[in-house]
Amino acid sequence: MTVRKCIRILDPGPLATVQDRGRWGFRSWGVPLSGAMDPLALRFANLLAGNGEAAAGLEIAVGGFRAEFLCAAVFCLAGAVREALIDGSPVEFWRACSAKEGSILSVDFRGPGLRIYLAVSGGIDLPPVMGSRSTYLRGGFGGLSGRALRALDLLPLGNQEGRPVDRPVPEEIVPDYSPEPVLRAIPGPQDERLSRRGRTAFFTEQYEVSSRTDRMGMALSGAPLELTGGADIISDGTCPGAVQVHGNGQPTILGADCQTTGGYVKFATVISSDLPLVAQLAPGDRVRFEETDLWSAREIYMKNEYLIRRFFR
Amino acid sequence: MYSKPKVLLCGDTGVTIEFGDRIDPETNRLVRRLFRVLQSANHPGISDLNPTYRSLFIQYDPWVCSFERLLQIVDRALSPGGPPEPQTASIKDIPVRYGGEFGPDLEEVADYHKIEVGELIRLHCAPVYQVYMIGFTPGFAYLGGLDKKLHTPRKKEPRKKVFAGSVGIADQQTGIYPIESPGGWQIIGRTPLRLFDPGREAPFLLQAGDSVRFRPVSEEETWQYLWESLQ
Repeated sequence: MTVRKCIRILDPGPLATVQDRGRWGFRSWGVPLSGAMDPLALRFANLLAGNGEAAAGLEIAVGGFRAEFLCAAVFCLAGAVREALIDGSPVEFWRACSAKEGSILSVDFRGPGLRIYLAVSGGIDLPPVMGSRSTYLRGGFGGLSGRALRALDLLPLGNQEGRPVDRPVPEEIVPDYSPEPVLRAIPGPQDERLSRRGRTAFFTEQYEVSSRTDRMGMALSGAPLELTGGADIISDGTCPGAVQVHGNGQPTILGADCQTTGGYVKFATVISSDLPLVAQLAPGDRVRFEETDLWSAREIYMKNEYLIRRFFR
Repeated sequence: MYSKPKVLLCGDTGVTIEFGDRIDPETNRLVRRLFRVLQSANHPGISDLNPTYRSLFIQYDPWVCSFERLLQIVDRALSPGGPPEPQTASIKDIPVRYGGEFGPDLEEVADYHKIEVGELIRLHCAPVYQVYMIGFTPGFAYLGGLDKKLHTPRKKEPRKKVFAGSVGIADQQTGIYPIESPGGWQIIGRTPLRLFDPGREAPFLLQAGDSVRFRPVSEEETWQYLWESLQ
């Protein structure tokens, strides 16, 4: 019997799941994209640890996480920064680190933001479902048996693909996380469904993130927005980052596990470069939306993408 | 149906091509055609497609394919001289055990319409239905073509648990629950077919654009199907 390289979960915290960059190509069958809510953090963690971009890692909500390495490995933490220790020594985020066989990694639960990502060299090597190792909790498939991780779970690691990157990530490409972020959003697809007053309010008001926040989306509360003609539409395609406005005039930002079709007005869509900011919103945080257009958003995206690729070249 | 499809922005990595503002076979046919042409063309940079009642959602990667290039691709796919739509599949047969424990609302629905149960089953099995779209949950097919005589309001109180394979009616829609879930549809029968199985090589039995026909089966045949699916 070969002893596989593994990590063992000692304490998953409130919610830890295996995620990769998502389940692409199946939305036409009603299968949500899933994957890391903060795709950039997982991507960095993977690349720094020497993995390819498709490798699976862990998405840890809040913190309070502990795991044991059953083999030597390189790992990387990214996303919401926490106090983290490996065998009692501090772990720097956004930086590749080493673990020995028997090392214990702990991540505290206190700190800003919501989601922490752990990539380990070789990636989490569980059988893919429909081409992805992302966990879709509601559907009960993907990741480790379609469920949240529990204490004593063993996660096998794959073979190391590339070399870890032993340089600190420049600040300019780390997202500007904040408990009061400004989210840039492009009006559409149903932007004509808010009145002029509603549209102005959408881009001026500050909204509070309610406790109804999960991987499907986050409900915001604030001054009700004025709709023209109700909140219902003939169900059409949705995507993470889309902002739905319900009959009560309250917006909801859709998350990675959102249903693939929806029958509510989507007034605007958060730009892809700001999705990491959305992923780190915790109940009680406040957001404001800033109107932008496709060309400005594209410029931001292309510039970031260029910097990322240049760093990891 | 619009005279010209609308291009709606969904952020900087998504676009919805909208063909109309109502649910009807002609509009849906345009959606499906574009979906299948783009699906088989498999352009790098188009990372996902989602056909719905009256629009096609496209997710793309601007690093690989710009918005302008995407519109060119869509334009060409829509043009009459453009690539042909891939051949439609044959009609999918859905065996259904109507009534009894599998269709607890069958008699109530028949009473509502003041028809015999046998007539209800006949009316439900007669049409060839189109799969308008798959959404709400993995594998849930929205079928178009339900006979007006069978349009029935949803249950006043949704059930906490509807079994996988349940065949239901709600307003002008009929559909099949692919997995167990809560639901408010009137359940008239159940199919032993597993419409969605994440572990199967072809996880889904139905996709948007498929044609479907229901066929009533005996209790014995139902158990036969279930037995075979376990082999």
